[in-house]
Amino acid sequence: MKGNIAVCEGAIAAGCTTYFGYPITPQNEIPAYMSKKMVELGRVFVQAESELAAINMVFGAAVSGSRAMTSSSSPGISLKQEGISYLAGAELPCVIVNVQRGGPGLGNISGSQADYFQATKGGGHGDYRLIVLAPYSVKEMYDLTFLAFDLADNYRIPVMILTDGIVGQMMEPVEINPEFRVQSSEIKKDWKLDGCKGREPRLMRSLIMEEGGLEKHNWHLKKKYDGIKKTEIRCEANFPDSAEITVVAFGIAARICKSAVKKLRQEGLKVGLMRPVTLWPFPEKAISDIAAKSKKILVAEMNMGQMVEDVKLAVNGKCPVEFLGAPGGAVFSEDEIIAKIKKL
Amino acid sequence: MKKVFSKPESLQDKNNSYCPGCGHGTIHRIIAEVIDELGVREKTIGIAPVGCAVFAYYYWNFDVTEAAHGRPPAVATGIKRCLSDRVVFTYQGDGDLAAIGTAEIIHAANRGENITTIFVNNANYGMTGGQMAPTTILGQKTTTTPNGRDAKRDGYPLKVCELLSSLDGVCYIERVSVSTPKNVLRTKKAIKKAFENQLNNCGFSLVEVLSQCPTDWQMTPVESVKWVDEVLSKTFPLGVYKENTEQTRK
Repeated sequence: MKGNIAVCEGAIAAGCTTYFGYPITPQNEIPAYMSKKMVELGRVFVQAESELAAINMVFGAAVSGSRAMTSSSSPGISLKQEGISYLAGAELPCVIVNVQRGGPGLGNISGSQADYFQATKGGGHGDYRLIVLAPYSVKEMYDLTFLAFDLADNYRIPVMILTDGIVGQMMEPVEINPEFRVQSSEIKKDWKLDGCKGREPRLMRSLIMEEGGLEKHNWHLKKKYDGIKKTEIRCEANFPDSAEITVVAFGIAARICKSAVKKLRQEGLKVGLMRPVTLWPFPEKAISDIAAKSKKILVAEMNMGQMVEDVKLAVNGKCPVEFLGAPGGAVFSEDEIIAKIKKL
Repeated sequence: MKKVFSKPESLQDKNNSYCPGCGHGTIHRIIAEVIDELGVREKTIGIAPVGCAVFAYYYWNFDVTEAAHGRPPAVATGIKRCLSDRVVFTYQGDGDLAAIGTAEIIHAANRGENITTIFVNNANYGMTGGQMAPTTILGQKTTTTPNGRDAKRDGYPLKVCELLSSLDGVCYIERVSVSTPKNVLRTKKAIKKAFENQLNNCGFSLVEVLSQCPTDWQMTPVESVKWVDEVLSKTFPLGVYKENTEQTRK
């Protein structure tokens, strides 16, 4: 299965009933596949006139209580930021897939990790967070998309799948976990708008003009975000207890680093890998613990250095943090990583 | 005793925030009356715009969501595609619909979304203090056209009914006003038809209502209704621009 198709299958299995999209490379398999599959299943597919329209259609679908998804790639995700801020403000659950490409501007169409800041630090206006999941395999494209819908509903929060053109286009066998169960039927959306039959009318908004009202609302959001930080951090650590040098990487970069680390271990070098699966909430404590045991940390990302800032905050001076970058849609090779680690 | 006038159930018993002489209150009430008469209050979802009427959700007594500036037709599309048996309408001003949301309204109309749009044209941005709107008429003074709208610098007033009536997905388009009791009755008839079309699954309906904004026009309420009749409706002639109720969405 191709990575982009795994996203679709994960979404469909999770009970995604509405998809709204707009064409952009390298995620075009998603709207194409959804246009066929969703119709076959009697679910909703609309090709919107723009990314703005697509994210606002998601807003409408989420308001009505439906599980909704949109997908795009970097320049298109920039256009969606207005809508994402409104979704976060109104606490509407949805799933947004960013199959990243090189930037800034129109950039290029090869895989990139340059939207880390945009995804984890806001992107739109105002104080808010998204849950950001970073798959590193086709299987995880399926699994994390599936998980994203439950997280979104549980916390009334937009969830972003931050992947890239390489994972999106990659083909791998996917074994589907039969244990996966959709929680949607258990989550009561007592806030949705579906007509006020038998109840008081409801209101959905992010405009809070009452004296002190917005401050109160934002403290409520903060409390929710703090709760998510306590329970939803996901990461994978390889050889955390015996590594002198630990590589920290996410997504496709982690995939390349993982095989580099494996080769170096075979040579007898004490290296390890820490892979954040949730980029927000960020696995600060796990990285801090590793830093306490490591001599050095290497952050490898396909950008000019973005996650490295969060790693440095987590490490907080416990050990030196080095950086290996590949901006502009470039990918580093396993050999480059091996050479860099050997030089440390 | 026979009751001849009362507050519609679809309107909450509240004072509104609109200026004296503003048309929004009248238009809100007309919508509430129509929803009551059609018996659809409990299955209606309204979409409030950005602008003065953002607070519409405090005045109507049914489910209402806010939307980003210009995006109500996209939000309405999302809701209606999920809940096709509900009544979904957008309430939008001229800045919202005819400037920042031009793409959304054209494409929702062109897809023939089975929704209703009430488009309030008061020829300026009211909430932000009276700037030029896409529907500001030539020569009209606003805070951003201090010498009057000049076609050479500012372009021409955008005629939404004329523009949208050329689209195949559109079922019904009419321009009305709330300047006189007769026009108010005409507006109610048009709005009712626009909602009935949705119930009959006919596709996209839009009613443009020419409305007064005495505060930003710097007129008295009486002068402002006169200006709608004598000046504004010359650029924006009242009437039915398209009616194709035979059309049923497949």
